[in-house]
Amino acid sequence: MRWIIAAVVIAVSAAALPARADTTLLNVSYDPTRELYRDFNAAFIAKWKQDTGEAIRINQSHGGSGKQSRSVIDGLEADVVTLALAYDIDALSQHGGLVPADWQQRLPDNSAPYTSTIVFLVRKGNPKGIKDWDDLVKPGIGVITPNPKTSGGARWNYLAAWGFAAKKYGGDAGARDFVGKLYKNVLVLDTGARGATTTFVERGQGDVLLAWENEALLALGESGGDGFEIVAPSVSILAEPPVAVVDKVVDRRGTRKVAEAYLRYLYSPEGQEIVARDGYRPRDPTIAARYAKKFPDLPLFTVDEAFGGWQKAQATHFADGATFDQIYTPGR
Amino acid sequence: MRRRRRHALPGFGLTLGLSLSYLALIVLIPLAALVLKSATIGPLAFWDAVTSPRALASYRVTFGCAALAGLVNLVLGPLLAWVLVRYRFPGRKLIDALVDLPFALPTAVAGITLTALYASNGWLGRWIEAAGYKIAYRPAGITVALIFVSLPFLVRSVQPVLEQLEPDIEEAAATLGAGRLRTLVSVILPTLWPAIVTGFSLAFARAVGEYGSVIFIAGNLPMVSEIAPLLIVTKLDAFDYAGATAIAVVLLLTSFAALLAINLFQLWTVRHRTAEAR
Repeated sequence: MRWIIAAVVIAVSAAALPARADTTLLNVSYDPTRELYRDFNAAFIAKWKQDTGEAIRINQSHGGSGKQSRSVIDGLEADVVTLALAYDIDALSQHGGLVPADWQQRLPDNSAPYTSTIVFLVRKGNPKGIKDWDDLVKPGIGVITPNPKTSGGARWNYLAAWGFAAKKYGGDAGARDFVGKLYKNVLVLDTGARGATTTFVERGQGDVLLAWENEALLALGESGGDGFEIVAPSVSILAEPPVAVVDKVVDRRGTRKVAEAYLRYLYSPEGQEIVARDGYRPRDPTIAARYAKKFPDLPLFTVDEAFGGWQKAQATHFADGATFDQIYTPGR
Repeated sequence: MRRRRRHALPGFGLTLGLSLSYLALIVLIPLAALVLKSATIGPLAFWDAVTSPRALASYRVTFGCAALAGLVNLVLGPLLAWVLVRYRFPGRKLIDALVDLPFALPTAVAGITLTALYASNGWLGRWIEAAGYKIAYRPAGITVALIFVSLPFLVRSVQPVLEQLEPDIEEAAATLGAGRLRTLVSVILPTLWPAIVTGFSLAFARAVGEYGSVIFIAGNLPMVSEIAPLLIVTKLDAFDYAGATAIAVVLLLTSFAALLAINLFQLWTVRHRTAEAR
């Protein structure tokens, strides 16, 4: 018995040792940013070592944006959050006051160092001739998009379709009808953006995937260019995935300085370069000009313009019993 | 003088106290917290949350697929146990070990593997689709995943009873003139029945709560292939903790009622049979 206890004590302390050696940061992020932050973290670790001589480690956590936000509220010790939409960071302020209410004003560009948009990924040669949002509601088109209730990316998809239809079919009534028809064509409603990509790319389901531009570029890169093509619709939404330091956590752990430097580095030319390389639209105009070919110029509307901000969009469309739920309520 | 029976562990009071505290800590307190949380929304909102059309459809999918999976394993599980106990063949130990694999495998891995197999471009899915059927992204896919995760319950609950059941009994039945069917129905099945029912109820309860393996293969369309655990996760993601726990309470009570009913039924069959034997 005694040697078992001894062994356990030794094992536990051995496991605890490396954690004490360096400062660690935990970045809690959404689904498709795995590749981006793998590259960015390596660059930041080298930069921090060069500037301060301090070795740090950065841990990553990925998942549906809403779920990630809930994990942080429930006690996951995130030093920084880099989520899919502002609503999920607002939640950190509303539930437990982990960040102040004005968190979005603390960094430039609404705290969104990079943007993206929603595009279509279709099979090679575009056999169903999908060109624009209108083609998605035609009978016999199989659409893959995740569930807006569990996926941040899916909310952008939904709002992009709504914004298109509201302009074209005269306001909210037309948009409601259009989006309803679109979701009738949805074959599989995954819980996250990465799951939907897998369903479309690996499992061969559906004719078109509504995807983050970065996710579509990644799928294209991995398939070596054959198998899929990207279709940019006539108009789409400007997705602004925001970032924030989690005040309560960094103040307790004493990591505020490095956490703030980490997020600011995203805005630096080096950070913006990595961002663009991994398929996100950079804010920096010089770097954006360099990558102009990669990101087609299409008219983009923002959530603030078209929906009056995330709080309002959430309440109108994604709350319990709101427009998204009504699509699936029988008898309509 | 009353002779006290010696037990391996000392003190009835101590052991009972310990096991009750343990049960309370591990099971009862979390469940009580669950019920309390769901009660914070008030009875009307609770009723609305648990009887919305979406919720009702998800119960149908969850309980329907769980029961179907249980019924499939009800036939195939004991058969597998029978083969493992009664026959000696090369690779038997290997198959015996394979049965436990669904327990050991992370459920998400099982779900992804099953989806890859049964999707229309998968190894199995392409043949099934060619034959005009679809399994993945439909309730059928949910059932397949649940059959996979709940198989060990049926096999492992029946196996020890079968091992106790001497082949002599079958021989005795044969010498008394019973045919194969008669031996099976009147001799073997009555002995195995309680174990089969226990295995079924455990498999069913497990399947009702299953999330990881199902979510990848289900398709998750509301009203069609949305399981109740997914609805709970969806509500949690919307920070609707009370609504989520309300649905959880329904799942819990239904599972508990099913387990209780099956236990009572078992008690009744045992009494019935003893009465018959007299």
